[in-house]
Amino acid sequence: MSLPTSAAAVLDREFLTIRAKLIEIAAALDRVDRGEGSVADDARLDQIRRSLEILASSHPNRAERIQMLFSLPYDEHWTSRFGINP
Amino acid sequence: MYFIEHHIHVASRTTDDLEALARMGCLAVVEPAFWMGYDRSGPQSFFDYFRQLTEWEPKRVAGCGMQHYCWIGFNAKEAENVALGREVIALIPQFIERSNVLGVGEIGLNKNTPNEVLTLLALFDMALKHNQQILIHTPHLADKYQGTRMILDVLRADRRVNPRRVCIDHCEEHTIRPVLDDGYWAGITLYPTTKATPERAADMVEIYGTERILVSCSADWGPSRPTALGDFMAVMRRRGHSDSVIRKIVYDNPLEFLRQSHHFKLQEPV
Repeated sequence: MSLPTSAAAVLDREFLTIRAKLIEIAAALDRVDRGEGSVADDARLDQIRRSLEILASSHPNRAERIQMLFSLPYDEHWTSRFGINP
Repeated sequence: MYFIEHHIHVASRTTDDLEALARMGCLAVVEPAFWMGYDRSGPQSFFDYFRQLTEWEPKRVAGCGMQHYCWIGFNAKEAENVALGREVIALIPQFIERSNVLGVGEIGLNKNTPNEVLTLLALFDMALKHNQQILIHTPHLADKYQGTRMILDVLRADRRVNPRRVCIDHCEEHTIRPVLDDGYWAGITLYPTTKATPERAADMVEIYGTERILVSCSADWGPSRPTALGDFMAVMRRRGHSDSVIRKIVYDNPLEFLRQSHHFKLQEPV
């Protein structure tokens, strides 16, 4: 189903929301920095960095790709591993 | 615009919430059995809960001017307890013929464990032996993709399953495509921080079209909004979608899916 509006109109509508959310993310990361101690080795921080790379890319389906970044892998042989024959 | 709220946990909501839904144009609410926020002590607790869903809540909802339907099932979180699951599954057949019960749900996976899969297989078997529709819960957050794919594997292996009588709920951007590709109804649920927002639900409708997609508030005892479907309709309208497109998602689609149960008899406004 096509969008009933142009890309320019969508950007006009979404720009302030995108700007606000990006600043929220920046401020939250600054807050982490200001906390005591270091979380540099925390895998979640790496996930956040990689998701920001997806945001900055020009490829489509950013939401789906970020969802996959935060997902556990699917093993198509899981039934054998579980010893289950559905 | 009239609509059907096809997934809301009425037992966790106040009568004020229900009255707000009725004022918005909601004609019927559908309540899946679920995890009430704590593990129950035994099968008798489930017996009483199923009575609440089939006896008390229909009266409370009728008092607000709406119809109440429900799904009876054993939730994915407590499904880790296989022995309890067997006892609860044995209780379900006596409830599924009650006049407001549409099928077996919500059932599914939570942490994608072998025990959860064993319980889910037993629930599928019971539902299919009784020719019931099925409402499936998919896991949260990092477990969602893996669990959704596992559920699809299990369904695909059972030749008795008619995909048109199954809704796989809580779909997000990374799970909706395989659900629709396999012919199932895809449910999208609206939450403030997890699952989908009204804006992202509208995106998925724009990307995948209006066929076999259901959107609901899925409001429960946690952070959630019983009126979220109104937010979704407002987003769609703001983006320029026609009333017929919006109505297809919030009224025609749930009607088409739910009335496959002979118990669903919507009293449409004259």
